[in-house]
Amino acid sequence: MKRFLYELEESWKIAAAQMRSNMTRSTLTALGVIIGIVAVTLMGTAISGISIGFDNSMSVLGDDVLYVTQWPWKPVDDWWNYRDRKKIETDYAEKINRIIASTPNSNLIVAVPTSSLMRSVKSGGNEVDGVFTLGTTSDFTVTSTIDCKEGRFFNEIESREGAQVVVVGYDVADALFPSASAIDKTVLINGQNFKVIGVNARQGTFLGLFSWDSMVAIPLTAFNKYFSSKSASDARLGAASTESDVRVKVKDKKKLAEAKDELTGIMRRVRGLSPEKKDDFSINEQQAFKSTLDPVKNTIAIAGLFITGLSLFVGAIGIMNITFVSVKERTKEIGTRKALGARRRTILLQFLIESTALCLLGGFIGLAFAYLLCFGIGKAFPSFPIQFSFGLVIASMFVSVLTGLVSGFAPAWTASRLDPVTALRYE
Amino acid sequence: MFCDANLSLVDNSSLTTRPPGAVVIDIENITKEYVMGEEVVRALRGVTLQIRRNEYLAVMGPSGSGKSTLMNMLGCLDTPSSGRYEFNGRNVKEMDDDELAAIRNREIGFVFQTFNLLPRANALRNVELPLIYAGMDPDTRGQRAEQALIDVGLGDRIHHKPNELSGGQRQRVAIARALVNNPSIILADEPTGNLDSKTGDEIMALLEDLYLRGNTIILVTHERDIAAHARRTIHLRDGVIEADQVGFGGTDISSMDHRLEPDATMTT
Ligand SMILES: Nc1ncnc2c1ncn2[C@@H]1O[C@H](COP(=O)(O)OP(=O)(O)OP(=O)(O)O)[C@@H](O)[C@H]1O
Ligand SMILES: [Mg+2]
Repeated sequence: MKRFLYELEESWKIAAAQMRSNMTRSTLTALGVIIGIVAVTLMGTAISGISIGFDNSMSVLGDDVLYVTQWPWKPVDDWWNYRDRKKIETDYAEKINRIIASTPNSNLIVAVPTSSLMRSVKSGGNEVDGVFTLGTTSDFTVTSTIDCKEGRFFNEIESREGAQVVVVGYDVADALFPSASAIDKTVLINGQNFKVIGVNARQGTFLGLFSWDSMVAIPLTAFNKYFSSKSASDARLGAASTESDVRVKVKDKKKLAEAKDELTGIMRRVRGLSPEKKDDFSINEQQAFKSTLDPVKNTIAIAGLFITGLSLFVGAIGIMNITFVSVKERTKEIGTRKALGARRRTILLQFLIESTALCLLGGFIGLAFAYLLCFGIGKAFPSFPIQFSFGLVIASMFVSVLTGLVSGFAPAWTASRLDPVTALRYE
Repeated sequence: MFCDANLSLVDNSSLTTRPPGAVVIDIENITKEYVMGEEVVRALRGVTLQIRRNEYLAVMGPSGSGKSTLMNMLGCLDTPSSGRYEFNGRNVKEMDDDELAAIRNREIGFVFQTFNLLPRANALRNVELPLIYAGMDPDTRGQRAEQALIDVGLGDRIHHKPNELSGGQRQRVAIARALVNNPSIILADEPTGNLDSKTGDEIMALLEDLYLRGNTIILVTHERDIAAHARRTIHLRDGVIEADQVGFGGTDISSMDHRLEPDATMTT
């Protein structure tokens, strides 16, 4: 054991001396690994950035909330079966709440209606088009965590009375009021005045997935009154763009399945379905959405790592090549070492450490580059999801060592098997 | 310096012979063949030899007679094609690669014609190498290596790299490296072959001193004056021992009259 440590130390010294004396060669070879590590690391940061972006967007949905919708949150082959379903009405929420209240030990807490439309929002000379405009009740805060940077969400009275108040997303507020606070200012939505009472904290957007940043929320009563698609003009234009859902908060997210069954029962009562009829609505949860997105996410990750892995592979071939050259050049030295009592595994270790040291050096430099690049990209495009983590550092160091071991093995093995006399006679 | 002081030892008439001890090397009828395509090169064709502890043996013979092949065999670097080889009573044929490495590490010290120092390591690290392979701790190792360098008269060249040393100094580093692990035998294949005669004499004086201090020395050379330092000389020709004689310095080694049986040599 002790001998192994001394041999290890000796091998490190030789590797260092070797690299120092063949500076150009080592640098050029390490360059392959550097490029490989930079590519793999950047891909890694992008993948974890994407993952975090997904999770961020998912968290908007909440993992303890069920969504009653017309269409299921998954791709369907028989879309015609869903097309003719009755729309979800916002007043289902009230009915559901009444049933929840009368059910002992219900798994559900509260149902919240939401309606949404794309609308433009104006203030003064500024205008933002296509803003996701949400109408809901004050219970909304129960189902979703809304971080207000300034102000507050609307309360129960405002909700009931349909007060013309609005909570705006970060990006909307920023676009309309770039230099001042949006609170207490008036904005124009669809020709109606709304007073800003709250501004959401920034959430970040990603790949166009839903984010609070680009939405506004108003009381549902006001929403229905001013721009429901039921109004004659919209109907004529065929603008069936109002989407209504009911979201229901569950008590215990571990009992999501039970809660789902309970809600299905309630919805069948609300819809008045006779037992032989199939459900004419869908109940969704975040998980279902995730499980349709996860394969996409994983495919991106695997494809990305595979492509960047190729560049690392090329680097590894460079290392293997240079280690073979090193073995050939030092054949006589290997013979001398064997004559002095080096065992096969000593020689094996020596060359493995040499290739590993080279890879590790490349890894360090590559990582430093990758870090700088990440930093630069983060500065230049703040919305690009890039995530440089400690785990990633460990992972790429591990990958470097592994690359060194794998690419150094064949030459090191050849060296360790050399016949001492042949090696000593080598010119 | 100690080498210069001992140069007088190369005075042919004043050689002292120490009584040899137990048999270290015992080979019987060994052969070595190299197959090169169609042709078979028979480098050794049946060599039988016994070498005792604290002998000083010179191996002579024309080029291609198998001297280096025999040395490599004795040094456990190579294995015979046939025949028996016992080193310190152990059959070499039955040893695996690690055991052979251990024998080379602890029992044998090699000195090469081309010095074979590691170019990027300084003298001290070169001498330390066998001790590293023996698993010695760094402090003891450093002291031992330094002492070995002092013993060969290089106490002031410890941190020099091989390319900062003269040929004679390099060979002395190699000798220090060969003896640092207290081997049973020092094998020197033409140790003066790359040196001028004066420097060669210094190296020979060093070997003489090692012999007098109880080391066993086997020396390959084709120069008579070098062989004259040995106490016994064998002559190889075409892979067989042609002569094996007690050869003091100055003895006319070409005269076959003095040829002695190995056993007779031992009792001298
Ligand atoms: N690896 C090998 N392959 C083939 N033939 C070899 C090999 N090694 C040695 N020989 C042959 O074996 C014979 C003995 O070689 P060896 O090196 O022992 O001679 P030597 O006595 O040391 O000669 P020199 O005095 O020139 O060093 C030579 O004919 C040589 O060609
Ligand atoms: Mg030779």
